[in-house]
Amino acid sequence: MASSGPARAVDTQLSGFATLPWRKIILGILGATISFVVVVGAFKTLTLPQAERYSGDFWVDQVVNGLGQGAILALIALGYTLVYGILRMINFAHGEVFMAGSFISFFFADAYLESGFLNNQPYTALLILFVVSIAASTLVAVLLERIAYRPLRNAPRLVPLITAIGASLFLQNAFRGFFGAQPRGYPLPDILRGSIELFGIKVSKVQLLVFITAIVAMLVLQAFVNRSRTGRSMRAVAEDSEIASLMGIDVDRIVVITFVVGGILAGIAGVLFALTFEQVQFTMGFKPGIAAFTAAVLGGIGSIGGAALGGFVLGLLQAMGPPLLLTGFGIPSPFSLKDAFVFLILILVLVFRPGGLLGSGEAEKV
Amino acid sequence: MKRRSWLTVVATVAVLALVASACSNDDSGGGSGGGGGTDTTSDEFGTVEIAAGEPINIGTLLVISGADATLGLDSQHGAELAADYLDGTFDATPGQLLGHDIKWTHEDDLCSAEGGQAGATALAADPSIVAVIGTSCSSAALGVADTVTSEKGILLFSPSNTNPALTGEEAHQPFYARTAHNDRIQGAIVAEFALNEQGATTMATIHDESPYTQGLTAAAAVNFEAGGGTVSVQEQINSEDTDFKPLLRSIAEGNPDVLYAPVFVAACSLILKQAADIMPDVTLMASDGCLSSDTLKLAGDAVDGVFVSGPDVTVFQEGDFYSNEFIPAYKDQYGDPTSVFHAHAFDAANVLFDAIEQVAVENDDGSLSIGRTALRDAVFATSGYEGMTGIITCTELGDCATDVTIGIFEGPNWPVEGGAKPDDPVYSDTKSLDDVA
Repeated sequence: MASSGPARAVDTQLSGFATLPWRKIILGILGATISFVVVVGAFKTLTLPQAERYSGDFWVDQVVNGLGQGAILALIALGYTLVYGILRMINFAHGEVFMAGSFISFFFADAYLESGFLNNQPYTALLILFVVSIAASTLVAVLLERIAYRPLRNAPRLVPLITAIGASLFLQNAFRGFFGAQPRGYPLPDILRGSIELFGIKVSKVQLLVFITAIVAMLVLQAFVNRSRTGRSMRAVAEDSEIASLMGIDVDRIVVITFVVGGILAGIAGVLFALTFEQVQFTMGFKPGIAAFTAAVLGGIGSIGGAALGGFVLGLLQAMGPPLLLTGFGIPSPFSLKDAFVFLILILVLVFRPGGLLGSGEAEKV
Repeated sequence: MKRRSWLTVVATVAVLALVASACSNDDSGGGSGGGGGTDTTSDEFGTVEIAAGEPINIGTLLVISGADATLGLDSQHGAELAADYLDGTFDATPGQLLGHDIKWTHEDDLCSAEGGQAGATALAADPSIVAVIGTSCSSAALGVADTVTSEKGILLFSPSNTNPALTGEEAHQPFYARTAHNDRIQGAIVAEFALNEQGATTMATIHDESPYTQGLTAAAAVNFEAGGGTVSVQEQINSEDTDFKPLLRSIAEGNPDVLYAPVFVAACSLILKQAADIMPDVTLMASDGCLSSDTLKLAGDAVDGVFVSGPDVTVFQEGDFYSNEFIPAYKDQYGDPTSVFHAHAFDAANVLFDAIEQVAVENDDGSLSIGRTALRDAVFATSGYEGMTGIITCTELGDCATDVTIGIFEGPNWPVEGGAKPDDPVYSDTKSLDDVA
């Protein structure tokens, strides 16, 4: 009993030590270090000697490149975020939904090129390509929901996640099996070739089309979710699906509509992607899928504005981040570290805002 | 503890005794070899025994599925035609070697290190495999298939690996050889063309981390600098990416005269298209990984004026045999060739057949014994063999194509299906390994 005094003292010391917010301190140090590197790198790059420094035109062109890529990522990211918002599940097969639209519309585009329709009636042809791509993506998305996800709606969270990965592999290999593994050249109508000057900035016509289409699609989506009756039901189900169903909302119907909306956006992105890169392949959905998922998390998964913002931020980061931050440190071929860099920024954002840029601000257990 | 050290001693003695008896067996058995007169019983990696009436089993480890299957299947057809020609005619009925049929065991190298490992392991596990024609892709061989087969003493003879490291002093595996050219030569000729014919003084390169593209860009850069040029930047991409615009824009900041991007079809077409917009004044160059009818389809107009290096097929065509006999037989049996490496595969298979004929011991009961080390030594001793691709003389590091003619082709006049005619190279040079940096 005589030793109880000092023992207690140690005890309180220990507990004082243990109650320090260690997690926050470590995250803070990590965040501060990354922020420091970011600021120093950018400063060093911008103050390089004149001969080695990037020109002003360079940054302008990278912004254009980044926004073009970001618009496509944003459209795909919206599909992830919508499904997550309603079902709290990550639809890892969404990249393949996007690929399906792109790939199926390729066959129409190729046939139209052969028949001359693509260049004689480019507007009608493009419209048909969008419709075909949207139809294919939507069909795949709805079938996914019906076959792979609905039977597992009430299963533990990990189960639909694994099914989603399985569905993704199945779709990739189905397309490989049906249509072959080699990349196909997606024809570009002549009216979309070349570039135009906008406020003194050279922008390619395809990039302009991508940008405008993506913005219009996002505005329509915003209006649909906020103004329409169905949109209101979607928000209600996202809030609490049980109570929504008690209020007379058909949850199954809303879930299907969510997948349809995601499919439509992926279908639009599919044509825009194919027109930008003029190439489709069965693996084309994987990388943009992962990038778009990252964008959705970056923006705050579950938030529609967040997904759109995340897509653009990610596109800009990929185009501008590596040269801005890594060149200053004298790192050779900075673009090969593009993906590593993007995930570094993702960590940074999640350290300071666990819910993402526009998320609720608190960490959600996925 | 005491007992254990005792055991060690006993075990060591036993092992030594076994080794000694094995050696003495060899010594006494040397004179009693079969009719062929070659001593095969002392072979370090043993012999392959082929019973009378049984076929000679030769493996192939080529890329026969996926996007690069056009490369591997073309080589496979070249090797099969060599078996067809064993009887002196292309008649779609395979000939025999020493009274035995040839049996092919095909594995897929998937054009990747994983594929090379799995395929080589499967082939090495089969004791009846005499030798392997493969791999298609350098990535499947380097440090993977070449090591797996060399550990078992199985010859790996590649028709299309061109990475310099495979036959470099540090990495060369004792049982690895190739009839494909070494990219040290191709890189040197690319650099020479850029410097002398294009008058370039600065060059930028892009590789995709695969051994093939890394070897080529490194060889081109070294020779370009040796010739007095400056390499502004050596970039690296991920071959699955699609958006190279930011990268190309940053390369354009260095104002290179030439951009050399010897990557594979999908990424190559994207780079050609995107570079045409971003750097219209820069001369674009690529190599045989991009020289394909698929690139013509994917890149369209963007291939116009693009210089691509590759084996100069006009050299093969000088011999009547290639144009008048081989190609008609190929088209007859398999359709149009999808690559040029069928010629290298045909040569590799023939060199291998000759070596088997030299070292195989024909036993009295009609069976064959083929010593593995002896077979390897016979292939490596090949000298002055007149193959379809030129004179074949193997070096001790396994390079059998020692004098190589590389052509530079200007798009769209590429020597592939869908290319414009005439498809003669705009520049062509022959070099040997000793000539290049």
